[in-house]
Amino acid sequence: MNAPSMSDDLWQACASSPALPGSPCLTRRDLLRRGLVCTAGALLANNLSLRALAAAAGTPGPAVTARAKSVIQIWLWGGACHLDTFDPKPGAGAEYTGPLSGALETTVSGMRIGESLPLLAKQARNYSLIRSLTHGNNGHETAAYMVQTGRSASDRSVFPSMGAVVSLFKGQDAGYTGLVPPYVVLTELQGRFSEAGFLGARYKPFATGGDPARDPFGVEGVVAAGLTEDRQRDRRELLHRINTLARTMPADPVLTASAQAESQAYDLILGDAGKVFDASQEPAALRDRYGRTTFGQSCLMARRLVERGVPFITINYKGWDTHKRHFEVMRTKLPELDRGLATLLQDLSDRGLLDSTIVWCGGEFGRTPRVLWEAPWNGGRGHHGRVFSALLAGGGFRGGQVVGASDAHGEDVAERPVHPSDLIGSVYSLLGISEDARLPHPEGLDLRAYPPGLPGKPSPGRLHEIM
Amino acid sequence: MPGASSGHGRQWLHRIQWTIGLAGVVAGLPAPAAPAAPAASSVAVAVAENPYETQQPRVARGPIDQHVFSRLAALQLTPAHPVSDATFLRRVHLDLIGRLPSAAEARRFLKDQSADKRDVLIEQLLARPEFADYWSLKWSDLLRVKAEYPINLWPNAAQAYHRWIYSSLLEDKPLDQFARELLISSGSNVHCGPVNFYRAIPGRDPLSVAKSVALTFMGTRPEAWSADQWSGMAGFFAQIGYKSTGEWKEEIVLWDPARPATSGVGPARFPDGTTPVLSPERDPRVIFADWLLAPGNPWFARVLANRVWSWIFSRGIVHQPDDFRDGNAPVNPALLAYLEQELVRSRYSLKHLFRLIVQSQTYQLSCVPRSSDPAAASEFAHYALRRLEAEVLIDAINDITGTSESYSSAIPEPYTFVPADVRAVALPDGSITSSFLELFGRPPRDSGLESERSLRVTAGQRLHLLNSSHVRKKIEQGPALAELLRIPPDRAIDAIYLTVLSRFPTNEERRTLRPGPKAGGTATRAVALDLIWALLNSDEFLHRH
Repeated sequence: MNAPSMSDDLWQACASSPALPGSPCLTRRDLLRRGLVCTAGALLANNLSLRALAAAAGTPGPAVTARAKSVIQIWLWGGACHLDTFDPKPGAGAEYTGPLSGALETTVSGMRIGESLPLLAKQARNYSLIRSLTHGNNGHETAAYMVQTGRSASDRSVFPSMGAVVSLFKGQDAGYTGLVPPYVVLTELQGRFSEAGFLGARYKPFATGGDPARDPFGVEGVVAAGLTEDRQRDRRELLHRINTLARTMPADPVLTASAQAESQAYDLILGDAGKVFDASQEPAALRDRYGRTTFGQSCLMARRLVERGVPFITINYKGWDTHKRHFEVMRTKLPELDRGLATLLQDLSDRGLLDSTIVWCGGEFGRTPRVLWEAPWNGGRGHHGRVFSALLAGGGFRGGQVVGASDAHGEDVAERPVHPSDLIGSVYSLLGISEDARLPHPEGLDLRAYPPGLPGKPSPGRLHEIM
Repeated sequence: MPGASSGHGRQWLHRIQWTIGLAGVVAGLPAPAAPAAPAASSVAVAVAENPYETQQPRVARGPIDQHVFSRLAALQLTPAHPVSDATFLRRVHLDLIGRLPSAAEARRFLKDQSADKRDVLIEQLLARPEFADYWSLKWSDLLRVKAEYPINLWPNAAQAYHRWIYSSLLEDKPLDQFARELLISSGSNVHCGPVNFYRAIPGRDPLSVAKSVALTFMGTRPEAWSADQWSGMAGFFAQIGYKSTGEWKEEIVLWDPARPATSGVGPARFPDGTTPVLSPERDPRVIFADWLLAPGNPWFARVLANRVWSWIFSRGIVHQPDDFRDGNAPVNPALLAYLEQELVRSRYSLKHLFRLIVQSQTYQLSCVPRSSDPAAASEFAHYALRRLEAEVLIDAINDITGTSESYSSAIPEPYTFVPADVRAVALPDGSITSSFLELFGRPPRDSGLESERSLRVTAGQRLHLLNSSHVRKKIEQGPALAELLRIPPDRAIDAIYLTVLSRFPTNEERRTLRPGPKAGGTATRAVALDLIWALLNSDEFLHRH
């Protein structure tokens, strides 16, 4: 089975059978191919014709108290190994741990994490770990779809990702007035499975493109290297002078919308709104603490966006799909993650933002606990959807807790299975999204915003242990 | 980009004088900010010259115009003025082949003095292969030609499907035959394109198939009919079998009479309530196709004629074009009846219908309304201004600049690698895409609804066109513009306007762009670049008008 849709039967089969190479649901699709030209890849949602759209927008349901205002989603793209990060198994033997055989005590007694994450070990009071996530799927696209939407991939409709749903209920339709779009991706889109689904273009994320580790951060469309502000202003004036059609039909609704969109675009190009992307205003020492890498500076950028009230920020953090050279890659990757994420948590906490900001770090699945020493992998790890981990912090999630557990080798859930829909339902509820909220569907289907939970269950569970 | 260094800064000074210096010349003009006028006057305000229309009298050319103009007269709606030659040239290119005329084609047409030049042009466009490219795009949206989730045709099957659509349009295959082949074909998904119709339906159960058939060929949405009607309709599609072969991703679609009955489906009954004569020797899909396509059955020809009209005018006589139901009556029943009758009379020729429509005076009205009544738009009193589709827009930018795009699919099969010179309208598979196409509202092809395609203008789109490195690079480095950037701007102005807007500049625009005394020398390139950039960002370029 290579196509990403799955029947429920197959979903069950995958969930219960060992994921051996060659089994029908083991697929490897190079998601990175999707990245191609990462331009200003999505719409800046605009404020136009909100009234007209109200009919098409979702129904939010009764008001619920929100504990969180923003979400920072750090997507470990490709799937990070749970054993090397948040669920170490020092006793499992070299066959499983490879050279990363240790585990670090954290500032919370009994809560240990991977040996390569010393800075995070000092932050344990700020976050909790979920060690029993499971969906049983080993294909990148399908698994990413399941984790991003909380839904199985066999449904007729393509559902929006969590960011798009949050953008629907916390973005312009809900009174968000920021000029920066409500759903921002640093820096590359994953493609359709991480996006708006049937909600359509209005709720797609704005992908920055560029590299925040470089100065200036060349956010596509916002920052144009080599064009001075004066020249930008001259060009804009020239455009208005020669815009004969707009002057011929000054009251036309299509052209009025076009002019408003242009004016919003220039607010980002020439106005203050675009300054959020200029990290040079930050103290150099703080930038160093985050790490002068794309990931580190993306974390800093995410904090700056949260300060501006942006409700959903995704950092698509590439490079975790380590079928080969796993441990070599981890030697650089894990310290980078450690530095960026630990600094983000500390920085949010120092600024009093952590209480209102959910930080979720995880990917589409874990990796095979037993190291693949044989050719052609020679020390790699495959895909592993039967059990994997995630880190959750802030916004109403309590820190210092561990939810669920995997078995001795990290192969399967040992206790308290957590489905992605449970995690998503918990996040929605902290954001104050009503259980009765409905998504607008082009064919008028009546669809709840909360995913339905595991097959056969009408509602997702909650991570009540940490809420 | 010049301007990066301080050396260029001085040139910019010249250029600034060049544009700002015009302020005196154009002081008498209305303020440039578009929404300045009071909302009450949606009637055109005076611009010294309006290149979009002529003051010549309207002439009713045939039944279309008689039907439209008599409605307008009865409603006391003033139609727009007839469209100018230049606007017609650009409009009919975009509407028939989804592509701009070249500067040379534009110059030739505008200089041509012959009385029948518009009709001649229409025939030339109908005969071009790009006609089939462009209308394959439309049909591929409706028929959900897409390799990946949730349609899951797989790349080589999506391409076989598209190839069949393309060749059908190229030969102007009668639309009833086109529909029949989609409805009754059996065979391999990679060899027999039209069988993919039944594969491009998520679910594939008889009820889902019935709903797709009704939406596509009968303009009917799920809520329009009762559960009994759907159950009866689904009865015709309860014996479709899907069988895989030993070949990678090959699947045979076939009539499988032994297929067990599905609960809640059938017995087969036509949507009008009549009962078919079924026989174990006949595929029930054929019986349904015979009924749907029989002369005298009002559904098919009416829905198709209305769709074609809506493709040109951006709204149907029944609107939305895929929402036929009680309570959604045609605004102009006589017009729809005429188009339906012409479609049947021409033996279901799509090109015949297009020809009739674009030859009409109704089509050849300008987009500038002369009535502020909202009914003017729904009664076709003027042409419908709207943004170019994602694919047409990027193709136009590429044609003008001489550049190309790279497209890719989430399924990196050999079939999804497309050569650099493939235009976006000709992409054979909805899964082959680019971030530009996604940003500008390319439909996901999930549902077959016409409304999936978004022509909304967003700030993100404007940002991309105004300022992205993607578009800047095309303008600054595009080989097709190299020559234009070398000649002095005063001489280049005509050529630049013809290239981007397919017309000559108006006298007023010439005055606006008159070079300042210090322009020239190395600033030339920058001046021309700015003008091309501005025109590519003008509403006239971004929209059909």
